[in-house]
Amino acid sequence: MGATGILAGLLSTSPFHDSGWRLAILLGMISGPLAVLAISGQMPLIQVPVSTPMLVVGGFIVGIGVTYSSGCTSGHGVCGVARLSRRSIVATAVFMIATGLTVYAVRHLWGA
Amino acid sequence: MRLITSYFIGLIFGIGISISGMANPAKVLNFFDIAGTWDPSLIFVMGGAVAVAFIGYRIVFLRKTPVFDAGFQLPTNTRLDVRLIAGSAVFGIGWGISGFCPGGALPALGTGRIEVLIFVAALIAGILAARGLIAFGGARLLSGKT
Repeated sequence: MGATGILAGLLSTSPFHDSGWRLAILLGMISGPLAVLAISGQMPLIQVPVSTPMLVVGGFIVGIGVTYSSGCTSGHGVCGVARLSRRSIVATAVFMIATGLTVYAVRHLWGA
Repeated sequence: MRLITSYFIGLIFGIGISISGMANPAKVLNFFDIAGTWDPSLIFVMGGAVAVAFIGYRIVFLRKTPVFDAGFQLPTNTRLDVRLIAGSAVFGIGWGISGFCPGGALPALGTGRIEVLIFVAALIAGILAARGLIAFGGARLLSGKT
Protein backbone atom coordinates (compact mmCIF):
# COMPACT_ATOMS: atom_id res chain seq x y z
CA MET A 1 0.00 0.00 0.00
CA GLY A 2 1.17 3.48 -0.85
CA ALA A 3 0.28 7.06 -0.04
CA THR A 4 -3.05 6.85 -1.92
CA GLY A 5 -4.24 3.80 0.02
CA ILE A 6 -3.25 5.33 3.34
CA LEU A 7 -4.99 8.64 2.62
CA ALA A 8 -8.05 7.07 0.96
CA GLY A 9 -8.60 4.78 3.97
CA LEU A 10 -8.66 7.82 6.26
CA LEU A 11 -11.36 9.41 4.09
CA SER A 12 -13.69 6.45 4.53
CA THR A 13 -17.13 7.23 5.86
CA SER A 14 -17.47 3.98 7.76
CA PRO A 15 -15.77 4.10 11.17
CA PHE A 16 -12.70 2.11 10.20
CA HIS A 17 -11.05 0.35 13.10
CA ASP A 18 -7.69 0.52 11.34
CA SER A 19 -7.59 4.29 10.93
CA GLY A 20 -5.15 4.52 13.87
CA TRP A 21 -2.10 3.22 12.03
CA ARG A 22 -3.01 5.23 8.92
CA LEU A 23 -3.04 8.41 10.98
CA ALA A 24 0.24 7.39 12.64
CA ILE A 25 1.92 6.84 9.25
CA LEU A 26 0.55 10.15 7.95
CA LEU A 27 1.88 12.00 11.02
CA GLY A 28 5.22 10.26 10.49
CA MET A 29 5.30 11.36 6.85
CA ILE A 30 4.51 14.97 7.80
CA SER A 31 7.29 14.84 10.41
CA GLY A 32 9.74 13.89 7.64
CA PRO A 33 10.55 17.43 6.45
CA LEU A 34 10.77 18.60 10.08
CA ALA A 35 13.26 15.82 10.86
CA VAL A 36 15.31 16.92 7.85
CA LEU A 37 15.14 20.50 9.16
CA ALA A 38 16.29 19.35 12.61
CA ILE A 39 19.21 17.33 11.20
CA SER A 40 20.43 19.59 8.38
CA GLY A 41 19.17 22.98 9.54
CA GLN A 42 17.30 23.42 6.25
CA MET A 43 13.73 22.72 5.22
CA PRO A 44 13.55 20.49 2.11
CA LEU A 45 13.36 22.58 -1.05
CA ILE A 46 9.86 22.95 -2.52
CA GLN A 47 9.69 24.97 -5.74
CA VAL A 48 6.27 25.21 -7.35
CA PRO A 49 6.49 26.44 -10.96
CA VAL A 50 2.72 25.97 -11.29
CA SER A 51 -0.07 28.53 -10.85
CA THR A 52 -2.63 28.05 -8.07
CA PRO A 53 -5.53 27.26 -10.46
CA MET A 54 -3.38 24.61 -12.15
CA LEU A 55 -2.48 23.14 -8.73
CA VAL A 56 -6.18 22.81 -7.94
CA VAL A 57 -6.98 21.30 -11.35
CA GLY A 58 -3.96 18.96 -11.17
CA GLY A 59 -4.74 17.87 -7.62
CA PHE A 60 -8.36 17.13 -8.46
CA ILE A 61 -7.36 15.11 -11.54
CA VAL A 62 -4.75 13.18 -9.52
CA GLY A 63 -7.44 12.36 -6.93
CA ILE A 64 -9.79 10.98 -9.58
CA GLY A 65 -7.04 9.01 -11.34
CA VAL A 66 -5.56 7.34 -8.25
CA THR A 67 -9.02 6.36 -7.02
CA TYR A 68 -9.84 4.57 -10.29
CA SER A 69 -6.38 3.02 -10.63
CA SER A 70 -6.19 2.10 -6.89
CA GLY A 71 -2.69 3.48 -6.45
CA CYS A 72 -0.03 6.03 -7.27
CA THR A 73 3.75 6.27 -7.51
CA SER A 74 4.33 4.71 -4.09
CA GLY A 75 1.59 2.06 -4.23
CA HIS A 76 1.92 0.85 -7.82
CA GLY A 77 5.31 2.33 -8.72
CA VAL A 78 7.29 1.12 -5.71
CA CYS A 79 5.33 -1.47 -3.71
CA GLY A 80 3.53 -3.09 -6.65
CA VAL A 81 6.48 -3.17 -9.04
CA ALA A 82 8.70 -4.55 -6.25
CA ARG A 83 6.18 -7.39 -5.76
CA LEU A 84 6.27 -7.90 -9.56
CA SER A 85 2.51 -7.30 -9.72
CA ARG A 86 1.36 -7.30 -13.35
CA ARG A 87 -1.31 -4.67 -12.64
CA SER A 88 1.21 -2.35 -10.99
CA ILE A 89 3.80 -2.71 -13.75
CA VAL A 90 1.17 -1.78 -16.35
CA ALA A 91 -0.21 1.07 -14.19
CA THR A 92 3.30 2.48 -13.64
CA ALA A 93 4.16 2.35 -17.34
CA VAL A 94 0.87 4.09 -18.20
CA PHE A 95 1.16 6.91 -15.67
CA MET A 96 4.84 7.57 -16.40
CA ILE A 97 4.07 7.93 -20.12
CA ALA A 98 0.94 10.03 -19.44
CA THR A 99 2.91 12.34 -17.12
CA GLY A 100 5.71 12.72 -19.66
CA LEU A 101 3.27 13.53 -22.47
CA THR A 102 1.42 16.03 -20.26
CA VAL A 103 4.63 17.82 -19.29
CA TYR A 104 5.60 17.93 -22.97
CA ALA A 105 2.19 19.35 -23.92
CA VAL A 106 2.19 21.96 -21.15
CA ARG A 107 5.79 23.09 -21.60
CA HIS A 108 6.43 22.76 -25.31
CA LEU A 109 3.07 22.85 -27.11
CA TRP A 110 1.34 25.49 -24.99
CA GLY A 111 4.68 27.18 -24.55
CA ALA A 112 3.94 27.92 -20.90
CA MET B 1 3.45 -0.63 19.59
CA ARG B 2 1.77 -0.92 16.22
CA LEU B 3 1.10 2.83 16.20
CA ILE B 4 4.69 3.70 17.13
CA THR B 5 6.01 1.41 14.39
CA SER B 6 3.59 2.97 11.88
CA TYR B 7 4.74 6.45 12.87
CA PHE B 8 8.38 5.55 12.25
CA ILE B 9 7.56 3.88 8.92
CA GLY B 10 5.89 7.14 7.86
CA LEU B 11 8.80 9.16 9.21
CA ILE B 12 11.38 7.16 7.24
CA PHE B 13 9.25 7.53 4.10
CA GLY B 14 8.85 11.27 4.74
CA ILE B 15 12.58 11.79 5.25
CA GLY B 16 13.37 9.81 2.09
CA ILE B 17 10.85 11.79 0.03
CA SER B 18 12.20 15.07 1.45
CA ILE B 19 15.88 14.33 0.82
CA SER B 20 15.34 12.81 -2.64
CA GLY B 21 13.44 15.77 -4.08
CA MET B 22 10.28 13.76 -4.85
CA ALA B 23 8.33 16.40 -2.88
CA ASN B 24 9.68 19.20 -5.09
CA PRO B 25 7.41 19.80 -8.12
CA ALA B 26 10.11 21.71 -10.04
CA LYS B 27 12.45 18.71 -9.81
CA VAL B 28 9.71 16.20 -10.63
CA LEU B 29 8.56 18.17 -13.69
CA ASN B 30 12.15 18.49 -14.89
CA PHE B 31 12.52 14.72 -14.59
CA PHE B 32 9.67 14.32 -17.09
CA ASP B 33 10.79 17.17 -19.35
CA ILE B 34 13.08 15.08 -21.54
CA ALA B 35 12.71 17.53 -24.44
CA GLY B 36 13.58 20.52 -22.24
CA THR B 37 15.32 20.99 -18.88
CA TRP B 38 15.74 17.25 -18.28
CA ASP B 39 16.98 16.19 -14.84
CA PRO B 40 17.19 12.37 -14.87
CA SER B 41 18.33 12.05 -11.24
CA LEU B 42 14.95 10.93 -9.89
CA ILE B 43 15.24 7.65 -11.80
CA PHE B 44 17.70 6.63 -9.09
CA VAL B 45 15.12 7.44 -6.41
CA MET B 46 12.46 5.25 -7.95
CA GLY B 47 14.97 2.59 -9.04
CA GLY B 48 16.55 2.58 -5.59
CA ALA B 49 13.18 2.40 -3.86
CA VAL B 50 12.05 -0.53 -6.03
CA ALA B 51 15.35 -2.38 -5.50
CA VAL B 52 15.22 -1.97 -1.72
CA ALA B 53 11.51 -2.88 -1.58
CA PHE B 54 12.11 -5.92 -3.82
CA ILE B 55 14.75 -7.29 -1.45
CA GLY B 56 12.67 -6.24 1.57
CA TYR B 57 9.60 -8.13 0.34
CA ARG B 58 11.70 -11.28 -0.25
CA ILE B 59 12.91 -11.13 3.36
CA VAL B 60 9.46 -10.28 4.79
CA PHE B 61 7.73 -13.09 2.89
CA LEU B 62 10.14 -15.62 4.37
CA ARG B 63 7.94 -15.27 7.47
CA LYS B 64 4.65 -17.17 7.65
CA THR B 65 2.84 -14.20 9.25
CA PRO B 66 3.62 -10.52 9.86
CA VAL B 67 4.76 -9.39 13.31
CA PHE B 68 1.65 -7.32 14.16
CA ASP B 69 -1.09 -9.16 12.29
CA ALA B 70 -2.51 -12.65 11.74
CA GLY B 71 -1.83 -12.63 8.02
CA PHE B 72 -0.40 -10.62 5.14
CA GLN B 73 -2.92 -8.38 3.37
CA LEU B 74 -2.00 -8.22 -0.30
CA PRO B 75 -4.00 -7.23 -3.37
CA THR B 76 -5.59 -10.27 -5.00
CA ASN B 77 -6.96 -8.61 -8.16
CA THR B 78 -4.82 -9.50 -11.19
CA ARG B 79 -7.09 -8.15 -13.95
CA LEU B 80 -5.78 -5.50 -16.32
CA ASP B 81 -9.06 -3.62 -16.69
CA VAL B 82 -10.06 -0.29 -18.19
CA ARG B 83 -10.40 1.20 -14.72
CA LEU B 84 -6.74 0.54 -13.89
CA ILE B 85 -5.38 1.79 -17.19
CA ALA B 86 -7.68 4.82 -17.58
CA GLY B 87 -7.17 5.75 -13.91
CA SER B 88 -3.39 5.57 -14.31
CA ALA B 89 -3.52 7.72 -17.45
CA VAL B 90 -5.69 10.31 -15.66
CA PHE B 91 -3.33 10.30 -12.67
CA GLY B 92 -0.41 10.92 -15.03
CA ILE B 93 -2.16 13.93 -16.57
CA GLY B 94 -2.74 15.42 -13.10
CA TRP B 95 0.83 14.68 -12.04
CA GLY B 96 2.15 16.33 -15.21
CA ILE B 97 0.04 19.44 -14.60
CA SER B 98 0.83 19.87 -10.90
CA GLY B 99 4.19 18.17 -10.33
CA PHE B 100 2.87 16.69 -7.09
CA CYS B 101 1.95 13.05 -6.55
CA PRO B 102 0.24 11.85 -3.34
CA GLY B 103 3.42 10.25 -1.94
CA GLY B 104 5.33 13.47 -2.50
CA ALA B 105 2.65 15.89 -1.33
CA LEU B 106 1.66 14.21 1.97
CA PRO B 107 5.16 14.45 3.51
CA ALA B 108 5.51 17.94 2.00
CA LEU B 109 2.61 19.07 4.21
CA GLY B 110 5.22 19.18 6.97
CA THR B 111 6.91 22.15 5.31
CA GLY B 112 3.76 24.19 5.97
CA ARG B 113 3.76 25.54 2.43
CA ILE B 114 0.37 26.82 1.27
CA GLU B 115 0.82 25.33 -2.25
CA VAL B 116 1.06 21.84 -0.74
CA LEU B 117 -2.08 22.43 1.29
CA ILE B 118 -3.95 23.60 -1.82
CA PHE B 119 -2.84 20.53 -3.77
CA VAL B 120 -3.78 18.10 -0.98
CA ALA B 121 -7.21 19.73 -0.54
CA ALA B 122 -7.85 19.36 -4.30
CA LEU B 123 -6.51 15.78 -4.16
CA ILE B 124 -8.98 14.88 -1.40
CA ALA B 125 -11.82 16.54 -3.34
CA GLY B 126 -10.85 14.46 -6.39
CA ILE B 127 -10.80 11.21 -4.39
CA LEU B 128 -14.25 11.94 -2.93
CA ALA B 129 -15.64 12.99 -6.35
CA ALA B 130 -14.36 9.77 -7.95
CA ARG B 131 -15.92 7.74 -5.13
CA GLY B 132 -19.23 9.49 -5.76
CA LEU B 133 -18.97 8.69 -9.49
CA ILE B 134 -18.14 5.04 -8.78
CA ALA B 135 -21.02 4.73 -6.28
CA PHE B 136 -23.41 6.40 -8.75
CA GLY B 137 -22.31 4.09 -11.57
CA GLY B 138 -22.63 1.06 -9.29
CA ALA B 139 -26.14 2.08 -8.21
CA ARG B 140 -27.19 2.53 -11.83
CA LEU B 141 -25.85 -0.91 -12.69
CA LEU B 142 -27.74 -2.47 -9.77
CA SER B 143 -31.00 -0.80 -10.78
CA GLY B 144 -30.62 -2.29 -14.27
CA LYS B 145 -30.41 1.07 -16.04
CA THR B 146 -27.10 0.98 -17.88
